[in-house]
Amino acid sequence: MSNLEALYQEVILDHNRKPRNFREIEKADRHVEGRNPLCGDQVTIYVKLDGDRVADVSFTGTGCAVSKSSASIMTQTVKGKTVAETRQLFDKFHSMITGKMTDAERGQMGSLAALGGVSKFPLRVKCASLAWHALKSALDGDGADVSTENEGPAMTEGA
Amino acid sequence: MNRKSPARVVRHSAGQRAPAPIASPSTVPAPVRPTTRRDDFPILANNPGLHYLDSAATAQKPRVVLDAMRAYYENDNANPHRGAYDLSARATQRYRDARERVADFLGVVDAPTLIFTRGTTESLNLVATAWGRANVKKGNEIVVTGMEHHANFVPWQQLAIATGARLRICELTTDGRIDLDKLKNLLGSKTAVVAFSHVSNALGTINPVRDIAALVRDKAKNAIIVIDGAQSAPHMHVHVDDLDVDFFAFSGHKMLGPMGIGGLVGRRELLEAMPPYQTGGDMIEFVGDDKTTWNVLPHKFEAGTPNVADAVGLAAACDYLDAVGIEAVRAHEMELLKLIVAKLSAIEGVTLYGPTDLAQRSGVVSFNVADIHPHDLSTVLDQEGVCIRAGHHCAQPLMRRLNVPATARASVYVYNEAGDVDALVRGVLRAKEMFGTL
Repeated sequence: MSNLEALYQEVILDHNRKPRNFREIEKADRHVEGRNPLCGDQVTIYVKLDGDRVADVSFTGTGCAVSKSSASIMTQTVKGKTVAETRQLFDKFHSMITGKMTDAERGQMGSLAALGGVSKFPLRVKCASLAWHALKSALDGDGADVSTENEGPAMTEGA
Repeated sequence: MNRKSPARVVRHSAGQRAPAPIASPSTVPAPVRPTTRRDDFPILANNPGLHYLDSAATAQKPRVVLDAMRAYYENDNANPHRGAYDLSARATQRYRDARERVADFLGVVDAPTLIFTRGTTESLNLVATAWGRANVKKGNEIVVTGMEHHANFVPWQQLAIATGARLRICELTTDGRIDLDKLKNLLGSKTAVVAFSHVSNALGTINPVRDIAALVRDKAKNAIIVIDGAQSAPHMHVHVDDLDVDFFAFSGHKMLGPMGIGGLVGRRELLEAMPPYQTGGDMIEFVGDDKTTWNVLPHKFEAGTPNVADAVGLAAACDYLDAVGIEAVRAHEMELLKLIVAKLSAIEGVTLYGPTDLAQRSGVVSFNVADIHPHDLSTVLDQEGVCIRAGHHCAQPLMRRLNVPATARASVYVYNEAGDVDALVRGVLRAKEMFGTL
């Protein structure tokens, strides 16, 4: 499988075509908007908490296949997890997409492993992590909107 | 600015290779044929599989530019305007020669009215800040268009916020041209500034600057006209003195010169009347304890040690473009533009943006492929060695008007060949195959 095929594997394309939990949550406890200044991608994450557990999580917005599928798989994965478990998962996910994970460790990542191909495309780390950054901000409860400007190789949008 | 046309002079320093023209104007209709132009550009020679289609962002540099900069540092470098010694005098002369060379290239007779800056962005900020803060008042209106690059939008928006003036945005026609009827209705006695791009960086639209200038002079007699020339100066014959505008901004790095240099051409009486932009060394005449008087043009607007090496490089880029012939550059790009438009529009699901009349377009093609985000497209193309831009092209107001979050953009220059277009098309088809839309 080429790097490109690993990036755009069928499960990614499927989530891109049919994103899961792609909706607003009415009466969400928290919602946070994330932006990727590089390409103008925008995602809003909605979270409903039950104690310290993520009872429901969803997203809306526009983005590339990598950011949309990452958001989609993320919502499926973290639903029902505790806030602490979700934070740990983001750390692991981040290690995976930035290439700091062994193949064996990646094998433990479940459906998130589909995003592992991102590690060969440093420019796309921002796309894959956009929804996660927004979710983390929502869970932190500060409600601050996030930008992935400082994620991955330094890039800005120009002429 | 003087309206007299200077004779076009082409100078070549010893040791610089004079490039052969890629096509004379008389061969315009001929199909694009392989050239060896790539060989003039070390980065293309060093990256044989590279299909660089992002020249609207920055151009690659010919060897003569790199050699000229190196030669300056190896032979003539000192702080100009300072030392009372021969080396400093030589550096001063090189800097002055570079200014005259670039002014000549752009059709500016009064060379000291060409201020060297870091580029278009700094030039436009200079006008919006130095001229704008001194002249724009509450109740005034600043007119820009919906196709502006952020560099020709945000400084005016911020000037409006700071002064209480009103920012008015001229809407576009459906095919991405300035709507002249709408523009007419925006102009009046309150208009203080009309700022627009000569060529759109995102759509390639060539705006009729002289027609618009005539309209502004007629309807808004108090307004200054400011042109963002970042995308025109590199690609077409530009004679600033003939445009009847007040300020013209450009970037060196988009016209084969180095990054970090560009310029602002201004009408002399405006430059002389307005306050300086930055203060410090070189730009003063006399510094008293309580007040300072300003140096003459161009120094009044060039505080600090000037960027001589990059100016020398930009002058060499003008030499290169003149040796090819700017009309031949335009003709070459037009052939490639026709090829890209023909091949992309034959692919199902491709949407092209910008004027359908290609005579009103520079070598820029903004497009989208159905169900494939431009960022994904650009990653697939990158695997084929094809460099395009994907995103909002620093023109978010335009993206909103096109009702798209982003587009893919291919742009060509003197070194591109038909093979680059083939690679682009291959990549688009591969992306469609991969995303299941073929």
